[in-house]
Amino acid sequence: MTTKLFGEPVRRREDPRLLTGQGRYLDDLGGDALAAAFVRSPHAHARIRDIDVSAAIDVDGLVAIYTWEDLPALLAQPLPLLIPHPALTHGRTAHPLARDLVRHVGEPVVMVVARDRYLAEDACALIRVDYEILKPVVGVEEAAQSAQLVHGDVPGNVGAHLVQEVPSAAGLGAREAIETAPHTLAFRLDIERSASMPLEGRGVYARWDADDRSLRVYTSTQTSTSVRMAIAAKLGLPLPKVEVIAPDVGGGFGVKIVHPWPEEVLVPWAAILLDREVKWAEDRREHFVSSAHERAQVQSVRVGFDDDGRVLGLEVNILHDHGAYTPYGIIVPIITSTQLLGPYKIGAYRVEFSSIYTNTVQVTPYRGAGRPQAVFCMERTMDHIAAHLGADRTAVREVNFIRPDEFPYDQGLIFQDGRPLIYDSGDYPESLRMLKELIGWDSFPEAKAQAAAEGRRIGIGIGCYVEGTGVGPYEGGHVQITSDGRVHVSTGLTSQGQGHETVFAQIAAAELGVPLERVSVVTGDTRRFGYAVGTFASRAAVMSGNAIALACRKVREKALRIAADALEAAPGDLEIVDGEVRVLGAPGSSIPLATVAVLSNPLRYAFDEEAARATQFAGTSAFDRPPVEEGQEPGLEGRDYYSPLRSTFASGMHAAIVETDPLTAEIRILRYAVVHDCGNLINPMIVEGQIHGGVAQGVGGALYERMVYDEHGQLLNASFMDFLMPYATEIPRVETAHLQTPSPLNPLGIKGAGEAGVIPVSAVIASAIEDAEGIGIDRMPISPSDLFDLRRASTGRSTSET
Amino acid sequence: MNIAITLTVNGVVRQAEVPGRRLLSDCLRHDLGLTGTHVGCEHGVCGCCTVLLDGEPVRSCLTFAVTVDGHDITTVEGLAAPGGAMSPVQRAFAECHGLQCGFCTPGFLCTVTALLRDNPAPSEEEVLEGISGNLCRCTGYQNIVKSVHRAAEIMAEES
Ligand code: FES
Ligand code: FES
Repeated sequence: MTTKLFGEPVRRREDPRLLTGQGRYLDDLGGDALAAAFVRSPHAHARIRDIDVSAAIDVDGLVAIYTWEDLPALLAQPLPLLIPHPALTHGRTAHPLARDLVRHVGEPVVMVVARDRYLAEDACALIRVDYEILKPVVGVEEAAQSAQLVHGDVPGNVGAHLVQEVPSAAGLGAREAIETAPHTLAFRLDIERSASMPLEGRGVYARWDADDRSLRVYTSTQTSTSVRMAIAAKLGLPLPKVEVIAPDVGGGFGVKIVHPWPEEVLVPWAAILLDREVKWAEDRREHFVSSAHERAQVQSVRVGFDDDGRVLGLEVNILHDHGAYTPYGIIVPIITSTQLLGPYKIGAYRVEFSSIYTNTVQVTPYRGAGRPQAVFCMERTMDHIAAHLGADRTAVREVNFIRPDEFPYDQGLIFQDGRPLIYDSGDYPESLRMLKELIGWDSFPEAKAQAAAEGRRIGIGIGCYVEGTGVGPYEGGHVQITSDGRVHVSTGLTSQGQGHETVFAQIAAAELGVPLERVSVVTGDTRRFGYAVGTFASRAAVMSGNAIALACRKVREKALRIAADALEAAPGDLEIVDGEVRVLGAPGSSIPLATVAVLSNPLRYAFDEEAARATQFAGTSAFDRPPVEEGQEPGLEGRDYYSPLRSTFASGMHAAIVETDPLTAEIRILRYAVVHDCGNLINPMIVEGQIHGGVAQGVGGALYERMVYDEHGQLLNASFMDFLMPYATEIPRVETAHLQTPSPLNPLGIKGAGEAGVIPVSAVIASAIEDAEGIGIDRMPISPSDLFDLRRASTGRSTSET
Repeated sequence: MNIAITLTVNGVVRQAEVPGRRLLSDCLRHDLGLTGTHVGCEHGVCGCCTVLLDGEPVRSCLTFAVTVDGHDITTVEGLAAPGGAMSPVQRAFAECHGLQCGFCTPGFLCTVTALLRDNPAPSEEEVLEGISGNLCRCTGYQNIVKSVHRAAEIMAEES
C-alpha cells in the first residue's frame, strides 16, 4: 500500500461546497413545495374537546387542514415503539396528530398545508382548539409519587423498572458488601435536562410521482434506511417504491436518530394525497417543545470501600425522567446503568432504575446518551471516597482501575446492544499518567497556594470514562470501480458533520491503492444503499469504516484476479499503486484499474473506445469458459457488511482547572486537558474536532444549559435567548493527547470517537469547583447563582469570609 | 400586498416582489434562491443568517426585506472571487477544520470577513469578541478561532 492515507489529517472533501453556500440542507430543497405548519398544544396535559377550523378556511393560499380524524387507519395508530425491552412494561408512544389527549406542550394537534410557510402559520393561528385542561405531572420525583397520571393506564407513572446486579468475586451482593465494608458513604445527585440542539432543526420534504407511484422523501435524519421502512409501513407502500435521502444535515447529536417523527409520516402522506410536493422545516421554538431532550436524572448512591479507597460495593438507584412518551425505549437509563462502572473494577454492583412519565417533551439520546449522568455518578463517588479518606483523587481512581493485562474484561452486565459488557482493550493507568502530566496534576497544590495568596480561588478536577462505541447489529459498504477509473463508495448510515465523505474515502483509497481524488462517497441515500442501522453511539467509523474496508478488499481481490489474467501473472505477484495494477518487480507490466473495470464486464455493445475492449469480438474471452464465470458477477464492484461480536470500548480522562470568583461566584475554566483513546485514528484532525465539539457541549451542560419547566409544564426558556448555549467566549482551549490501544474486534482496530468529548465534562467541572470551593457539588449544571447559594448554605464556609 | 424591491446581491442587481413581512433571510433563500444563508433560530441569537449589508454584518432574520430596498448585500455565495477561487477566510476554514456540519459556517464567514477587513491582525481577545455573536454546536470554536488567525495570515501574505 503506497498511498499513506489512513491516519493522515486529510482535509475534508465536504468543505468546498459547505464553504461556498453550495451545501444542500433540507430547507434548501423543494423551492416550489407547499409548506406544512402545525398547531401544537399550548398545554402540558389536556383533553381536546373540539377543533374549529372554520376561521382558517378563508386564508389565502390555504391548501389543506388535517386532524387525527382525517388520518387513514395505519397512520391513526400510535407511532412505533422503536426499541422494546422486557423491562419497559408500559411503553407508550404518541399519535402523529393528537387523538384526544395532549401530554406535553408542543404536541402536534393539527397539520396545515398552504402555499408558503407564512400563510400556513396564518391559518394555524386561526384554528381554535377547545381544551379541557388537566393537571400536569412535572418533575421526576413528583411524578414518581403523584396520584396524577400522564397515561391513565400506567400506574405510578412508571414506564420501566430494571434491576441489574453483579455480585463480588466472593459472591457477596452489593448491599452486603457495602454493609461489611470498612467505610460507607451515601449521597444523592441531580442532573438537569438539556438537549442536542443542532443548529439545523428537523425537516421533511416529500415528492410523490403519481405516474410511477413512487415516493421520494428527504429528511434531516440520522437514519434514512429506517425512516424509509417506517414510511412504507405507515403509508402501506411497497418498500421499493419509497426512497429516503438524508441531504446535508446541520448537526444531529442524537435527536435525529428518533424516527419516524410525526412530520416524517404526515408530510409524505399529504404529498401523496395532494399530489403536490410538501415540505416542513422545524423552527427553533418547535424544536424546543416538540423534538426531544435528555440528561435529567436523580441518583441515590451508596458505596462501601476499604482504607485504600478500593470500592467493595456500589448501589445506585436512578429515577429517570423520560418525558411523555417512550419511542426510543429505555436506552438512556440502560446506558447510564451499564457505563457507570467506567474504567473500574467494582467489587459488587447493584443498579436499579425507574423510568418515569412526566408531561414534558420526550427524552431520547443526546450525544453521550446517558453516559454523562453515569460518569457524573461514578466520578463524584470517587471524589467522595478520596475526600473521606483524605487521599489524592487520582490515587483512589488508580487503585480501582482495571489493569492493562486484564483485558478482555467482563463487567458482568448486559449492554445497550443486548450483548455482554466486555471491554476489549485499553490502558487506564497510562492514560492517567499522561493526563496528570498534561495538566500538571502533581504541581497543582503550589499553584493553588500561590493563587490563594493572591486572593484567588482555583481548583483542579478530573473525570474518567469508558465508552461503548460501534454497537451493532451491522453496517454495510458498497464499492464500485467504473470504467473511467472512478471509485464510488456508498454506505447506508448518515452524516451530520462528522466528515464521513473524507474518512471513508481515506479508507477506500488506502485499501484499493487509488488516489483519494478518484474516490467519492455517498451516505444516507437509500437509492445507493438500502441496508443500514444509523448514525449514533459513535458507531459510524467503526461500523461503516470496517464494512467499506471489507468491501474494498473484495473488489481488490477481484481486480487482481482479472488483471492477473490480462497480465499473465499470478494474482499474488500484483500490487495496486496509484490506480494501476502492477506486476511486482516488473515496472513495465501494468494495467489501469479503469481497464480492469472494463474487462470485468463482458459486453456486446461498445459505447466508447475503452468499452470496445470488452466486447465479444475483441478476442479477450476464452472459449472454454463462460464470459461470466460461475460464482462471479459482472462489474468491478463489491459489497460487504461488518457485524461485530459486541461493542468496542473507547476511553479517556479529562482534567480541568477552574477559577471561581470570591465575590460574584462566576466560574471560569482556565485550562482543559483531554487524554483520549479511540484505538487507531483514521484522521486525527477530524477526531480532534469531535473532541473539541464534545467538550464544548459538555461545558454547556456543566455550567449553562438547562430546560426550565414550571409547575404547569410550560418550558420557560424555549429560545436561544434563554436556553444558554456557550459561545466562543465561554469555551476554553482544549489541550489533547492521544493514546492508541487498537481494538482487537475489528479489522481496522478502531473505536468510536463521536461522543467522547462530552461524557465526563460535568464530572470534571464539579470536581474542580469542589476543589476550589471546598463545598460539595452534587448537581449539574451549576450557575454562578447556584454556587452563590451553595456558599451561603454551606456551614463550612460563609460568604462573609470572602 | 406585495412590494417590489431591488437589491444588489453579490454584485448582481436582483428584483423581487415581497410582502411587507417577508424576512430578508427568506427573501434571499426562497425568492432569490440563495440558500447558502441559513436560519438557525429566527430570533437573532445564533448568527447563522448573518449577511453583509453595505459591508456590515447583519442578522437577515431580524431584517425585513423591504427595509433594505436599494441596498447592497453580500451572502456566502458572494465571498469567493468572481472566478470561483475561495476567499482567504474560506480557505482558512478549510485548512483549520473550522467547520463540521457547516450550518453555522456561512454566518461565521460573513462575520469574519467584515472583522478582518476592519482589523487585519486581531488579537486572541479581539477574535473571540468578534465571533462571540455566532453559535456553533459542532466545533467547540477552537478551530474557528484558529481559522480566523490563519485567514489574517493568508491575507497578509497575499496583500
Ligand atoms: S437565524 Fe438569525 S440569528 Fe439565528
Ligand atoms: S459546524 Fe455545525 S453548527 Fe457549526
